[in-house]
Amino acid sequence: MRYHTPTTFAEAAGIAAAAQGVTRFLAGGTDVLVQMRAGMVLPDDLIDLKKIDGVDRIDPTPEGGWRIGVAVPGIALGAHEALRADWPGVVEGMELVGSTQIQGRATLVGNLCNGSPAADSVPGLVAAGAMAEITGPDGGRVVPVADIPAGPGRTTLQPGEVISALLLPPRGTAGGDAYLRFIPRTEMDIAVVGCAVNLRCDGDTVTEASVVLGAVAPTVVSVPAASAAIIGTALDDTALGTLAEAASAACRPIDDKRGTIAFRTEVAGVLAKRAARIAHARAKGENA
Amino acid sequence: MSKVHVTTTVNGDAVEFLADPRETLLDCLRDHVGLTGTKEGCGTGDCGACSVEMEGVLVCSCLVLGVEANGKRVDTIEGMSDGHDLHPLQRKFIEHAALQCGFCTPGFLVAAKALLARSPDPTEEEVRYWLAGNLCRCTGYDKIVRAVMDAAAEMRQEAA
Ligand SMILES: Cc1cc2nc3c(=O)[nH]c(=O)nc-3n(C[C@H](O)[C@H](O)[C@H](O)COP(=O)(O)OP(=O)(O)OC[C@H]3O[C@@H](n4cnc5c(N)ncnc54)[C@H](O)[C@@H]3O)c2cc1C
Ligand code: FES
Ligand code: FES
Repeated sequence: MRYHTPTTFAEAAGIAAAAQGVTRFLAGGTDVLVQMRAGMVLPDDLIDLKKIDGVDRIDPTPEGGWRIGVAVPGIALGAHEALRADWPGVVEGMELVGSTQIQGRATLVGNLCNGSPAADSVPGLVAAGAMAEITGPDGGRVVPVADIPAGPGRTTLQPGEVISALLLPPRGTAGGDAYLRFIPRTEMDIAVVGCAVNLRCDGDTVTEASVVLGAVAPTVVSVPAASAAIIGTALDDTALGTLAEAASAACRPIDDKRGTIAFRTEVAGVLAKRAARIAHARAKGENA
Repeated sequence: MSKVHVTTTVNGDAVEFLADPRETLLDCLRDHVGLTGTKEGCGTGDCGACSVEMEGVLVCSCLVLGVEANGKRVDTIEGMSDGHDLHPLQRKFIEHAALQCGFCTPGFLVAAKALLARSPDPTEEEVRYWLAGNLCRCTGYDKIVRAVMDAAAEMRQEAA
């Protein structure tokens, strides 16, 4: 295995584009090293991104959003008060990843690019409308995070392409987001269902909403019908009921020992309601 | 496979070793540096027996490559006591019988020390959540949690 430590994203993309065999980027390594250990993935070229300037930074963008470096671990995301104030749902999704030790290493970008349908930080990023800044061998492009996952373990990134930052939009006024997952215990487990809700209010009335589910289909799924169910409402019981039905209807889950199809489908509706209530309270400036 | 020359600071001492880039920091500490206090339980980030601090951040050394430690400061269980004077956490683990086979103990101690450095007066819930990535097959955890709480109380008194 060749271990590379490029100092720019262009160099990283160049190494990846020229590589012939199995290639992996190394952010926190909490997926890559486990896969290496299991013999599932034995990279010929491992490209460590942590020597690139700025990858450990969280910076405000000129538009009023946030630019998050690809090597920012969960623990640093959680410690950033201003980011948490803007996007508590994004931060709490990442903070659910693994243990304290895993939080010391694991990144948002690694969580996204590993391609697990149950990745805990991805629904929150998609609901927030986050963008991925990509550097490729022939230049750059910026795409919605929602367009990156392609199926279990797969992304839409082309050979040689590397994500060089994640961009969160400006929070704006009266907005709130939240992420909840169901696991059979309190810590250290893979989501059976995950749900993120991001919304904006005018008084009590929801004016914009985005509902995104994890672990119930081959990729995260945005559920426009669920968003539509709560827009124009003050999250009364009827609206929440329609929201839950729409969320459940969007599920195409697997059936396994951790959750049957029926269970996952039902829980998706329950989590959508609960996450919507939390996001609503946050949008109105209440502590939730 | 060409080896990489790695320069680190381990428990305050400058340490150099040659690492195959596929080797974990855990393997490098144990096999090249000769510090075998850090244990391998699972090798996949689940058990925390391999806990060390790198640049002051608690990590699983089985999920860090040795080459990633180049230029970094690493602190292991071997740096915890002051010579023969045990760290309060170490003493309290013995007093509370917070270990049986002891395999998980170095990881618990390193992780608990990192907790008390940022939160000198943790609640029991905080201790349990912080240590959720450290598994113990023997004690049932209660004694470990009590030992950490007691050590925290003693360290607060010393500091006062
Ligand atoms: C004990 C344990 C518990 C876990 N618990 C959870 C959990 O609760 N929820 C959860 O969602 N996950 C969990 N995980 C999985 C893992 O920790 C997360 O997916 C983590 O966010 C991965 O981030 P990383 O930085 O470590 O990724 P890495 O391992 O460094 O990389 C992961 C993948 O992303 C690619 N990649 C990395 N950076 C880039 C980039 N900039 N551009 C393009 N591709 C890139 C790599 O090539 C690789 O394929 C757990 C893992 C362990 C070991
Ligand atoms: S050996 Fe590293 S977590 Fe188990
Ligand atoms: S004392 Fe045996 S595993 Fe904890």
